[in-house]
Amino acid sequence: MSHGNMNLTLKVWKQKNKDTKGRFETYDAKGISPDMSFLEMFDVVNEQLISSGKEPIAFDHDCREGICGMCSMYINGRPHGPKGGITTCQLHMRSFKNGDTIVVEPWRSAAFPVIKDLAVDRSSFDRIMSAGGFVSVNTGNAKDANNILIPKDDADTAFDAAACIGCGACVAACKNSSAMLFVSAKVSQLSLLPQGKIEKQDRVLNMVKQMDEEGFGNCTNTGACEAECPKSISLENIARMNREYLGASFTQNKV
Amino acid sequence: MGLTGLFLISFLVVHVTLNSFIFFNDGGASFNAGADFMAHNPVVRILEIGLFAGLLLHIFQALLLTLENRKARPTPYQVVNGGANSSWYSRSMGILGSLLLLFLVVHLGNFWVPTKIAVFSHAEHDTFAGMKEVFAQWYFVAIYLVGVISLLYHLLHGFQSAFQSLGLNHKKYTPLIKKTGIWFSIIVCALFAAMPVTMFLGIIK
Ligand code: HEM
Ligand code: SF4
Ligand code: FES
Repeated sequence: MSHGNMNLTLKVWKQKNKDTKGRFETYDAKGISPDMSFLEMFDVVNEQLISSGKEPIAFDHDCREGICGMCSMYINGRPHGPKGGITTCQLHMRSFKNGDTIVVEPWRSAAFPVIKDLAVDRSSFDRIMSAGGFVSVNTGNAKDANNILIPKDDADTAFDAAACIGCGACVAACKNSSAMLFVSAKVSQLSLLPQGKIEKQDRVLNMVKQMDEEGFGNCTNTGACEAECPKSISLENIARMNREYLGASFTQNKV
Repeated sequence: MGLTGLFLISFLVVHVTLNSFIFFNDGGASFNAGADFMAHNPVVRILEIGLFAGLLLHIFQALLLTLENRKARPTPYQVVNGGANSSWYSRSMGILGSLLLLFLVVHLGNFWVPTKIAVFSHAEHDTFAGMKEVFAQWYFVAIYLVGVISLLYHLLHGFQSAFQSLGLNHKKYTPLIKKTGIWFSIIVCALFAAMPVTMFLGIIK
């Protein structure tokens, strides 16, 4: 063990699939470098488990640089661990102390069934997107980018909303398992721009309907989502979606 | 939730204003005049039905909301560090509301029921005297203080939350709404709390 390396105890949720009951399993993580990411620490533990003939811990990951949103882990009572504004892959072991016990759980929500251990199925988010998270365009040659002028402020606000990576930390953090921050970011990024305004009424009604059908809970404005979002998506998006939803419900020209 | 909550808040404004008449400390003369007006005015009678409907609707919405939210997380977390991302009272609206409901049962029993009995039997009724009688008992004072503290925290979250739920979040107005909510909750609850306390201590005679 080189200088400054840490020994940790992990309490990790193990679950075979969505139909079985899970339980906590305790693992020793020995000789962990403080410069490793949280996922690299899991890689080391899994290597050791595999070489001793045991089953490794299943977890999701892809980009390992904070842009894909796959690395869902609920660490010591917080999504993506103790630091704000980052994903689990961006969390480093120096955020913990030698000898710490770390409890790692999957996102827990009826709409995110566990696939295995820490990996959850977030296809409910995909179905919400299919319900309205798009603009309908005729294909053909790409139009000149400046054909439609867009105020800088609108472009910036839309871009801030578009920073959402669909990780689901907002749902995991919320005591109600509400997906309002995610859905409102997707509604906002489109409805703020001229191309998205055309379908904005149908979009918000359909996406919210799908969100409810997936079994996410109701927003009570605790603000936990905004505080835990790795991309700092703002609660203003939720208010915008509420506004659009109320407006569309009252004025939509359909029965 | 937001609409019914704001409606209940509008009632609080009237309620706390009228009750503050006791602070004139004139043996309840102004207060009883006000209470008498409220008890017999037909417009107020209709508003009272609306108030009960609003309260029941608010409770019904709260129940539905709580049940749906429970269903949305069938397996609870082992470790939750809620304090890291939200205030305890924003996460405890259901419990605070239930405490309020328990308080309201006692409260209506103390004042609303005797007034109704008096109005229907066309008897004279001295609400102020009734108030002094209730607040001579230390346990009623304690129950009222618990009720008022629950109200304080329910409003500290609820006031600003209602605007967000209705879609009002604006860089210019939201800070103002939040400040107004905090001051409103503190002032209303301080006035309400002062009533049983001053009467118990004999400051209001
Ligand atoms: C009778 C007992 C009551 C119960 C059981 C109750 C319960 C609740 C619950 C569960 C919520 C939703 C949680 C949330 O949005 O964070 C809520 C919200 C709220 N309540 Fe109550 N409450 C009660 C009485 C009151 C009273 C007396 C008032 C006003 C004076 C009030 C004002 C509000 C407001 C403004 C909200 C926020 C609405 C929103 O977030 O959209 N409540 N209540
Ligand atoms: S809003 Fe934030 S926390 Fe929620 S899915 Fe998007 S990036 Fe993740
Ligand atoms: S692995 Fe892609 S965000 Fe963490």
